[in-house]
Amino acid sequence: MDDAMLPPDRAADGAATLSRRGLLKGGGAMIVGFALGAPTGALAQAARGAKAGPPDHQAVDTWLAIHADNTATVYTGKCELGQGNQTGLLQVAAEELDMGMHQVSTIRLDTNITPDQQATSSSSSIHRGAPALRAAAARARMELLARAGVHLGVQPGSLEVRDGVVSVRGENGFRKVTYGQLLGDKPFNVKYDGTAPVKAPSDYRLVGHRPARVDIPDKVAGKYTLVQHHRVPGMLHGRVVLPRGQRGFGVGAKPVSVDEASIAHIKGAKVIRKGDFVGVVAEREWDAVKAAAALKVVWRQGEPLGDHNSVHARLRKDKTVDTVIANVGDPLGMMQKAAFVRGSSYQCPYQSHAPFAPNCALADPTGEQLVIKSPTQDVYSSRKQVAEVLGLPEQKVRIQFFEGSGTFGRSCYEDATQAAAIMATETGKPVRVQFMRWDELGWDNYGPAHAAEVRAGVNAEGDIVAYEYDGWQHGWTVTSTVSDSARTKAGVERANGSGSITVNPISTGSMYKIANRRVTSHGAPMVNYLRGAALRSPLDLSFAFASEQTIDELAVAVKMDPVAFRRRNIGDERWLGVLDAAVKAADWKPKVMGSQAESGDVVRGRGVALGTHHVSYGAAVAEIEVNRKTGVIVTKKLYGAMDCGLTVNPALVENQMVGQMIQSVSRVLKEEVTFDDNGVTSLDWSTYQVLRFAEHPEVTPVVVQRINEPSTGAGEEVMGATAAAIANAFFDATGVRMRQFPMTPERVLKALEGQQRT
Amino acid sequence: MARYVLEVNGQAKAVEVHDPQEPLLYVLRNDLRLTGAKYGCGLGQCGACTVIIDGEAVRSCLTPISSAKGKITTIEGLGTPQKPHAVQAAFIEEQAAQCGYCTNGMVMTTAAFLDKSKSPSASDVRDALAANVCRCGTHDRVVKAALRAASAK
Repeated sequence: MDDAMLPPDRAADGAATLSRRGLLKGGGAMIVGFALGAPTGALAQAARGAKAGPPDHQAVDTWLAIHADNTATVYTGKCELGQGNQTGLLQVAAEELDMGMHQVSTIRLDTNITPDQQATSSSSSIHRGAPALRAAAARARMELLARAGVHLGVQPGSLEVRDGVVSVRGENGFRKVTYGQLLGDKPFNVKYDGTAPVKAPSDYRLVGHRPARVDIPDKVAGKYTLVQHHRVPGMLHGRVVLPRGQRGFGVGAKPVSVDEASIAHIKGAKVIRKGDFVGVVAEREWDAVKAAAALKVVWRQGEPLGDHNSVHARLRKDKTVDTVIANVGDPLGMMQKAAFVRGSSYQCPYQSHAPFAPNCALADPTGEQLVIKSPTQDVYSSRKQVAEVLGLPEQKVRIQFFEGSGTFGRSCYEDATQAAAIMATETGKPVRVQFMRWDELGWDNYGPAHAAEVRAGVNAEGDIVAYEYDGWQHGWTVTSTVSDSARTKAGVERANGSGSITVNPISTGSMYKIANRRVTSHGAPMVNYLRGAALRSPLDLSFAFASEQTIDELAVAVKMDPVAFRRRNIGDERWLGVLDAAVKAADWKPKVMGSQAESGDVVRGRGVALGTHHVSYGAAVAEIEVNRKTGVIVTKKLYGAMDCGLTVNPALVENQMVGQMIQSVSRVLKEEVTFDDNGVTSLDWSTYQVLRFAEHPEVTPVVVQRINEPSTGAGEEVMGATAAAIANAFFDATGVRMRQFPMTPERVLKALEGQQRT
Repeated sequence: MARYVLEVNGQAKAVEVHDPQEPLLYVLRNDLRLTGAKYGCGLGQCGACTVIIDGEAVRSCLTPISSAKGKITTIEGLGTPQKPHAVQAAFIEEQAAQCGYCTNGMVMTTAAFLDKSKSPSASDVRDALAANVCRCGTHDRVVKAALRAASAK
């Protein structure tokens, strides 16, 4: 079958909705709209998409459209990445509008349509994405009530609304009018300024409740439109050509020679070059896959990297920019007066985003704008970067977001987007690019390795009196592999070598009342390390792994139960709240850690820890089994608690918590980017191991709901606690501390062997 | 050019490819526009591309088109959002998906497994799904969904 004969994608007109609306609407008023050729929402949206955004942030019309059938489209600037944020944001909008969940839907992000709310990152969708939407929806309701008052001949104050139907209070629906009748696809033409009254949390009907995710029915039917699904007429398939596995950041990979004849036997396959960028295109996808593998290229790459076990020593010796992140009292002096001091050095690995879907994008150069369907977490930033790579004005580029898979931070989505843009521009045809598994794992912007030195002191009564944390890591990239190569420029990192990530002071002891505490971040320049960037809960697993094991050691020193010890030292009722919630769920039995070590080959242990990212509060309890013969750790049960202020949808947060805790098990026990002098060697699921079914724990998530506190992030705040709780459980089971993760069988056996000798 | 006739979701489908080694996955997605099966690794390590052929869960990324004989069922042929298969209904009930990219493999592997195993334990389900990867951490819900589907039969 010819591509040109393919039916257009369901979502190719940009009218794809992420809602049950489409499912429920079969017999409703929208039939009229379909009979006319297109649903009214799609018509209104076509008008919206006519020119490059971003639209006016203060205009209510930027955020909402009310349709004649009494439904609403909500335009958010935060994208669905599987976390269910569209459901949560729809709850917020429907709540303020007094509409039902079945009446609201949202569209995917589009730089010609949706507002610029920056990246969907740092678990900020509800925290920073919801307030503007709430304010716009409240202003919209005010306007609709004013119009209804005129329509019904009463004061707006005497009106009430249910499911978008406005009626006069006390009349049992005798006089009523719908939002759809009042506005019906016409613009509001009003701006919001935050003064329209918003609902009191005590009046919430939807927020704080558990409507089901709107995206799941289509996902389990294989019908959900992911970015990988798009095909357009005349389209070519593209693949990037890169060495298997990156070497040191900076130089990138330069093609010294490209032998185009090496793919002459593959029908229609062509090489595309721009600067140092090399790609291939073909009409059939399999031919592009084969051509990328067959193309003979001689590469010049960066310096040898050493290996993944020597990187920590190198970081600690490197010339670093040092920043004191927290500094109170006299930790050094008090350390000498402490009854007990405990401390150690720690080594934490590079880890990969390893998105389950290799990144993919489709660029179409055949219209007035270069239109790119992309799985980016930030459509406006992607637009800017593509424009820079191609030397185009930003307005000439339109980015339409479609989900790929969970991406967990800055995986290769900018690379796929830019590669598609380059190949489409060079060929003049639409090009769909998908990364191969080895491209994705070998050229990721990895979560950086981390080395730490922690020391803390406790007095005889069990008060932490001194705490010191020194952490070493390198910076993050701002550019991408593809943009660097296309422009033949060295990669750029943030903050000129000082490192864009510093040690997180919240994750390193801030939850305890410690009068003498110093946290120092040592930032190495990224040159000749691996390319780094934000990976879910950036470095918080590393910080918690080092810090919370040290806290546990202090509890052991004073022979206290680790929960009682933490309770005594915690300085904040919200930290206390999550700790209590987690230990209650786990039915924690007080004991001194490691004091009841079992004999036999398989020994069990329990551990507890606190941790978070930048906001919210997390606590976890882990139950594990350690096989002393094989070194295999199996996490049996996890109990986690999170306080993220007002939880809009507890079911979504519970789902997020389960995902975080299971991913933390994977990261603390299995995940490690490996490399040698020739580059990264963990290029598939057997060399980059992740948690599988046989090893997944039973997880109990507990949401600590605080309806009067602002909503804060929920996508990464219980990961550090989980990782550290597992490490503490290992000590409880074996009496041995693990100072390096992932806690692989090899490292476990080595640690246990050391114990037997001493 | 080589021509093959596949039996997919109860219908005969003729396709033409350049290379008899072209994996079934690419033919399903590009020629037949059945995008339920997905590319995850191309190495048979993750399960994203799973389809059912004559009752067996098969990795379509490793199945050359020239050997794709038998009755092929893709997730689109299993059920629809309006009329889901028992396994799909159980996945919705348990909200057993996050990003949804592994869901095809989970649903198809589970469906093939439950056709043969009438009252499996949680441990049986884990074994059946041992070669499927999920990156979002939905394992627990997937196991619950599989058990729910088994008991619904």
